[in-house]
Amino acid sequence: MEQFAQIQVSHLFFLAFASLAVVAAFNIILQRNPIYSAIGLIVVLCCLAGLFLTLAAQFIAAIQIIVYAGAIMVLFVFVIMLLNVREEESKIDRQKYLKFLAVPLFLALIAEVMAVLKTLGNPPASPNIPGTVESLAEGMFSIYVLPFEATSVLILMAIVGSMLLARRESKEDADDIETALNAANEPTAIEESSEEEVHA
Amino acid sequence: MVPLSWYLALSAVLFTIGVVGVLIQRNAIVLFMCIELMLNAVNLTLVAFSRFMGDVTGQLFVFIVMTVAAAEAAVGLAIIISLFRTRETLNVDEADLLKL
Repeated sequence: MEQFAQIQVSHLFFLAFASLAVVAAFNIILQRNPIYSAIGLIVVLCCLAGLFLTLAAQFIAAIQIIVYAGAIMVLFVFVIMLLNVREEESKIDRQKYLKFLAVPLFLALIAEVMAVLKTLGNPPASPNIPGTVESLAEGMFSIYVLPFEATSVLILMAIVGSMLLARRESKEDADDIETALNAANEPTAIEESSEEEVHA
Repeated sequence: MVPLSWYLALSAVLFTIGVVGVLIQRNAIVLFMCIELMLNAVNLTLVAFSRFMGDVTGQLFVFIVMTVAAAEAAVGLAIIISLFRTRETLNVDEADLLKL
């Protein structure tokens, strides 16, 4: 009886998080103002962190809140506020038909996935539970140490690339580029002038 | 314990909502959010399989997916900023030429 009650509670947790996540996900795509979409995405990320906890993945749940709901979403909200875009109607709406195509495609994709899920049995949960920091670190720094190091290079490239892309081209930079180009073209001019001097 | 198929179904629904968002939204920032939503839906699948198979590898994949998502968000938002500077719009329909 006690076990039965436990099962019910975990089901209730799942249903609460899952329904909230789906509602917030619809909120993302149906809102017109991007800041409300961002709030919807934050709710989805927090719900998924809760679901990760029900799957005994504590470390991933903590990282989800810290990195996703913390860092990445702050970046999103920051950019939305930096650009300060008002709701804008597109002057050209050449892809209007996509909206009518999207709903049947949505239903078809859902039906397809559910059909696949029906063929899948429900395996029992494994008795050994991964998800602690210790077990993750053991895998990350032994077998998967190369991908782990590769991600650090990736992050470095992302830092350099985003700084380069978002940099504002100032007048001084343009002047610097101009002088550098002139300096590259200089040698031919010097040769010509020196030849002229010899002739003189 | 909640059955595995429930997690997979939820993940499929979230992924599909993300796909629909990419199709119907025209705002570049919201498109990025829909891509993040899809990445998260796949993360849920990986963690669920990791729990049910008792293998930590799925969670390591999620860790790396999160790193890639962070890099993607940083570079993508930088591209959006420079796009907005040159075109004064975030509508992806109006940004259909590489040259200005």
